[in-house]
Formats: sequence, structure tokens, C-alpha cells
Amino acid sequence: MIKRSFMKKKGTSLLMVVLTTLTIALSGCSSDKAGDSANVSEATETGTEAVTETQTADATQETDNLSKLIVGIPQDIDGLDPHNATGAGTREVFYNIFEGLVKADENGNLNPAVASDYTISDDSTVYSFTLRDGIKFHDGSPVTVEDIKYSLERNMGVDGGEPLIKAYSKIDSVNIIDDKNVEIVLKEADSDFLTQLTVAIIPASNEHPETTPIGTGPYKYVSSSPQENFIVTRFDDYWGQPAYIKDVVFKIESNMDAIVMDLEGGSIDMMARVTSTQAAQLSDKFEVYEGTMNLVQALYLNNDVKPFDDVRVRQALCYAVNPQEIMDFVSDGAGTEVGSAMFPAFTKYFMPELNDTYNTDVDKAKALLAEAGYPDGFEFTITVASNYGQHVDTAQVIAEELKAIGVNAKIQEIEWNSWVSDVYTDRKFEATVVGIDASTLSASALLSRYVSDSGKNFVNFKSDAYDAAYANAQSSNDDATKTEYYKECETILSQEAASVYIQDLPEFVVLNKKFTGYKFFPLYVQDIASIKPAN
Amino acid sequence: MKYTLKKFVSMIVTLVVVSLCVFLAFNVLPGDPAVRMLGLEASPELIAQTREQMGLNDPFLVRYFRWFIAFVQGDFGTSYSYSVPVAGLVANKIPITLTMGLMAFVITVLISIPLGIVTAKYENGILDRIINVSNQIVMAIPPFFSGILITFVFGLILRIFTPGGFVSYTEDMGRFVRYLFFPSLAVALPKISMTVKMLRGSLIDEAAKDYTRTAYSRGNNTNGVLYRHVLKNAMIPVITFLGMALADMVAGSIVIEQVFSIPGISRILLTSISNRDYPVVEAIIMGIAVIVIVVNFLVDVIYRIVDPRIGIE
Repeated sequence: MIKRSFMKKKGTSLLMVVLTTLTIALSGCSSDKAGDSANVSEATETGTEAVTETQTADATQETDNLSKLIVGIPQDIDGLDPHNATGAGTREVFYNIFEGLVKADENGNLNPAVASDYTISDDSTVYSFTLRDGIKFHDGSPVTVEDIKYSLERNMGVDGGEPLIKAYSKIDSVNIIDDKNVEIVLKEADSDFLTQLTVAIIPASNEHPETTPIGTGPYKYVSSSPQENFIVTRFDDYWGQPAYIKDVVFKIESNMDAIVMDLEGGSIDMMARVTSTQAAQLSDKFEVYEGTMNLVQALYLNNDVKPFDDVRVRQALCYAVNPQEIMDFVSDGAGTEVGSAMFPAFTKYFMPELNDTYNTDVDKAKALLAEAGYPDGFEFTITVASNYGQHVDTAQVIAEELKAIGVNAKIQEIEWNSWVSDVYTDRKFEATVVGIDASTLSASALLSRYVSDSGKNFVNFKSDAYDAAYANAQSSNDDATKTEYYKECETILSQEAASVYIQDLPEFVVLNKKFTGYKFFPLYVQDIASIKPAN
Repeated sequence: MKYTLKKFVSMIVTLVVVSLCVFLAFNVLPGDPAVRMLGLEASPELIAQTREQMGLNDPFLVRYFRWFIAFVQGDFGTSYSYSVPVAGLVANKIPITLTMGLMAFVITVLISIPLGIVTAKYENGILDRIINVSNQIVMAIPPFFSGILITFVFGLILRIFTPGGFVSYTEDMGRFVRYLFFPSLAVALPKISMTVKMLRGSLIDEAAKDYTRTAYSRGNNTNGVLYRHVLKNAMIPVITFLGMALADMVAGSIVIEQVFSIPGISRILLTSISNRDYPVVEAIIMGIAVIVIVVNFLVDVIYRIVDPRIGIE
């Protein structure tokens, strides 16, 4: 009855309420629309501005001034103090802000940076550096030899602390010669020590390096907001080639599923290490750069547990696993095969011939297994960190491949922290798939972990021949001899089948076509200074 | 008074238990905060030294009480991963999550109440049926999925907003609120359908009661009856529901923050858990617990004032 009377009345006032609400809702939408379309046009304006700027720049012979690049990074910066920040993702951002005495370039060479020149004594125990003339910190103060001494000593852990970098325990002293020259005296000869001197030089006067980062790089720190962004701007007093793009925002993109949408929507311009699928989804607005991740992906076997303590079993797995098949399944054939613990970017040390030590041969694998006492195969578990999709996929392909030789591999996915403590630290695992990268531009960064008593030898590889070859490489001062010994190390790893080496994973970097100039480095580095507006 | 005191004591006990649970969880979880800070390449000696400096080698209870005493005194500690005080870190993120929750609430109220009235007024009419069917659909879609749909439709096809183009409130308040509109909508949608359904049912129930006929007989027209009498009574359960929904919406924004790449409280919480940055996790969880417990406490106290028959159990 009530209902009927409601219906009869068809109250216009009620209609009004609805309409008003709708109007409010709609106006909310449209104001939103206006605002964001303003955003879009802003973005395109920046683009056109960039173009016109470059045109005028051509006329005035000046580099482009007005531009902004937003780079997506997958994880947050782990602290602003360059000496205490260890994350690979942090190092690749800090490359733009901090510089060491020397600095790596895209070809893997170490070039003078804070130092303008250096000499190494014939016995490789004294490294002498000349401070670059007129070089300044981001706060405008000149770099002094005291700052160099302070920065190196901070990493050495003077005052009784542990060294922040293990190799720095080799330093006997850092001596100031005069106000232009400084020398580093080592306790023992190390002809590779230059690779350790990319450590950031920071001002001794800065009392709070953990909150106010000051360096000498082409970009200087502006601000950062946890889980949001890390903002830098061009340092105009930079000693070298100035950066092209003025403002750079590193935006934390923790949601990997949103990356394609964010790139397409225009909230980021560049993203490294996207998957081949993501790269394929992006429209023609983006340039896809293909390189390698510079790591050694392998099925790492715990050489201490049965049956992997038998070299024949390890070799059998090498014969059964086909790296090309893995690449085809995981990343549409992209990737570079590796046959030992060295990736191709280290051209001097990489040995492509080791890729053929074990060409896929199921019969040979079965014969080796039978010889080792496993004619019917065996069962084992591959423990993989679940956050690394490529490694999980690789493990799945391997498990399929191993069925051909009667080996049954179970895959156990665990969280990264558990992986670090169980697999890496406690070495409680049978096999794992992971990628190992190099922290410095030295072959020893990859090879030192296979020395029998190394703390990083999580695969428990033991070989006297290897230890001897590695020791020889470390002690020789002649580069050619050193390289020979390192190559011997790689050969031993391959022949002894320390693990099943697979590939250097492909890396896809996408960059908005408004920009150009992306360069791959053999290390974890994103060199933003080389990126310029396309015109 | 005795009742209030009792409730207050139980609130403190709950908070202590919650904080102890979080601490215990971090004790059991694999992952060493020192390793997390120093990286895999760090020497065991350096890790041992850092653990000592961080006080991680002390017995569990010692660490807990050290944290607890500092926390009670207002010192929430320093974040392991950001090397900044936790209080400032969290305080900067609270406005983001809170704004989103409040916006979702406002959207819910603005849309659901008129719609509820319309559906009740034209019960079984075409409009009512359309709204009912869409209600069922909307209620069945979880916020994270509607978030993805919204991003896709409004962000990529209609280009009304830039996905991931979050602007902080410190930079530009207008654009901040504008960006949060769609995430808030995603949070609000299921609540809107629930509120509409509830209000509709409540209005129809009230309209069937005797006082409605009396109101008509006194010469009121439909709108007069509806707005002056029926709506007032029908709103009571709805208001209770909306109160509960408000707390739920702040919590519901945790998932939505992930979908829309909003750097609010939940992003910090999730990354801090995986970084084993327990001072931050403790502070955030304690904050959430305090909100929930205080709201419950206030509700209890208000009930007691309204209805003294609620005894002390």
C-alpha cells in the first residue's frame, strides 16, 4: 500500500536527489578527467619542449635543459649511505650519484674518476692516485685527499670494526703524499685491487651520510620517500660529460604486474629487467633493448650431499640438461649459454668452448649414472626462491629434461629470506637454481667462491687443482698469466661439473621512444647520464 | 566506572599480547635482519659485528622488553632498511591510507543512500530491479579485481587517469586527491551495494509499520512520510553498518594500494615484513591494533551508557 502510494506520487524531489548525486559523482569524474588530461598534455608538452629545446640546443651548442625521466625500479633503495647500501638495485642507482677513484664504463674498463690518473707499482702492492683538478662534491665543496683517505678508511673499518668490504682487509695503509696525491699500500700483492676502488668517495665533513648523501657523480640527490621514489637532479659542476636529462625520478614499482599498465599509461618512461612477455605487450611507443643480465644461472648442486658428491652423477646431469631448450621455454630463445662460472660480458675471461664440454647426450648420461651406481636414477629436490620467476621456470624445464634419464626432480619453492638462510648460508639443500652476479669487474668476483674454504662456497665444491690455479691467478702480477690461470679455473669447474651451468639470462630494458641512448654495462649499473631525448 | 576500568585493562593486555606475537613471529621466521642489511657478499665477521651492534644476539625476552619499554616511552626505534626513525616514516604514510579510507566512505554514503531510497520507493519497479541485479554483481567482485578493471577501463582505454601516476600530498594536494578517487571507488563499490541492499530492506520494513499509516492519516504526503519518519528510523541499522564499514575500508585499502601502486601504509608494511625490518612492522601493527581496540572499547562504553542493562561479565 505504501509502495503503491510511493509509486503514484513519483516524487520529483526524489528524482532530484538522485540527479544531484549523479551530478556530483559525474562532476567528480569530469574534474578528474580534466586534471589528468592536463597531465597527459603536460607529458606531451615536456616531450615537445624537449624537442624544441634540442633544436635550440643545436643552435646554441648547449645540451638540453628541460627534461624529466621517470625510471621504474623494482625495489626500494636500501639506505642512502653508499658504503652501507649493498642491494644490487641500490648500487645501480647510486652509480649516477657516487664515484670512486675509478669508475666502470660500458665496456668493462675502469676509467679514472675522482682520481685523474693512477699508477700501480710493479709488485702490485702500492696503488698511487692523483686527485682530479677542480673536482667538486654536490654541496659545492672541493674534493680533497683527506676525503679519499676518509672514504677508504671507513670501508676498511678502522677503529677496530670489521671491514665493510672484505677485500679492504688487504689494505695496510692509505697515505696522503701531498694535497694532490694519495697512495694505497697493500699487505700483499693484488693486481686486481683496482676493481675494488670503485667505492664511493664521500666528504669527510658530512656527519650524516645516512640521511644526506653527497657524492661527485653526474646527478645529485634531491629527495626520497620510502616505497615511493628517489629523486635526483643534474649536477651542473660535474667534472665530466654532463648528463642530458635534468630531472630523474626513480619510482619504486613493487607490483610487477602493474608495470605494463604503468608504462603504457605514461607514469614511467623506463624499466629494466622486464620479462620477454612484458616487452612483447608494450606498444610501439617503447624501444626494447635486449642485453644480458650478467650473471651465471645454473642448477647449483650441493657437492657434499649424495648423490652429487660423485662427479659422474654431476656430469650425467650436465649431459641431460639442454640449455637451449631452457632458453626456448623460458624466454623465447633469448639468453646466452655458459659452460662455466663466467658470463660472456667478461670477454677477456669467458671461454665459449666450454659450452661444448657436455652436449646433450641422454645415453652417455644414463651410462654415467649406471657407472656411479644409479642405473635406475634417483630423486632429489630443487629448492628455488619463489620471487624469481625465471629460475622457477628453469627448474621446471630441468625437471622435465631429467625424466629422460630416470632422475626425478621435485621442485620446492621457498621465500627469498628462507632461501638465503637455508640454501646460501646454512647450505642445507640438494640443488637450487639461481643466478650469481659479479660485484666488481674482476674474474675473482665470480671464481673466488669455488675455493674449497671460501665462505661463499655454498655448493661445497672441493678441488685441490682449482685451489692451486686460483692461488696462482691471485699471486701473479702479469695480466696474461693471470688470465690463463683464471681460464684454468673455469676449465676445472666445467670438467668437474661443479654445477650444471646454464646461461646468462637475457635482459630486456624498455625505454619510451621520447628518449634514446640506453647502454648495457657488464655490472649492475643504470647509467642515466647517457640517456638523452630523442629528436 | 569499574566496567570502563576493566575494559581498559583488557585493552592493554591485548596490545601486549599482539606485540609479543609479532616479536615471536619474527623470532621464528627465517631471515636475519643483519644479512638482509649487509647483503650476501658480507663477511661472517661483519655480520656478527652488526648483529652485536643491533642487539640481535640478546635473549628473546631481553630484546622484547627493550623494545617494549622504548615503545611505551614513545620511541618506536629506527628502521633497519631506511635508517630513519620509524615514527616519521610511518607518520608520512598515514595521511595517504587514511585519505583513501575516508574518500571511500564519503563515496559510499553519497551514492548508496540515494540509491537505497530509490530502490525502496520504487520497489519491484524497473529501476529497482536494475539496481538489485547490479548490486549482486558488484558485491561479488572483490575490490582488487574491480581495481584492475577500473585501471584498465578508466586508465588505459578512457585515459581519465594515469595508472601508477600517484602524486604525494606533499607535492600537490589536488592531484593527490584526484588520483585517489578511483582507488577509493574500488574500495567503496562492494560497500555501496551492501549499504543499498540494507537501506532498501530497512526502509521497506519501516514502511510496513503502524506508525507509517498513522503518519499518512495525519495528512502527510509520501515524501513527508518518507523523509520525516520512515528514513529516520530506517537509517539506524545503516549507520551502525557504515561505522563498521569505515574501519573495514581503511583495512581494505591495503590490497588496493598494491593494485594502484600507492605508497601508503600497506606498501611499507609488506616490504618491511620481507626485509625483516621489525621495528617498522611492530609500529604499524600496533597502530592497527590500537585503532581496532580503541574503536571496540568506545563502542562498548557507548553501549553501556545507552543501555545500562549491559552488565559486567
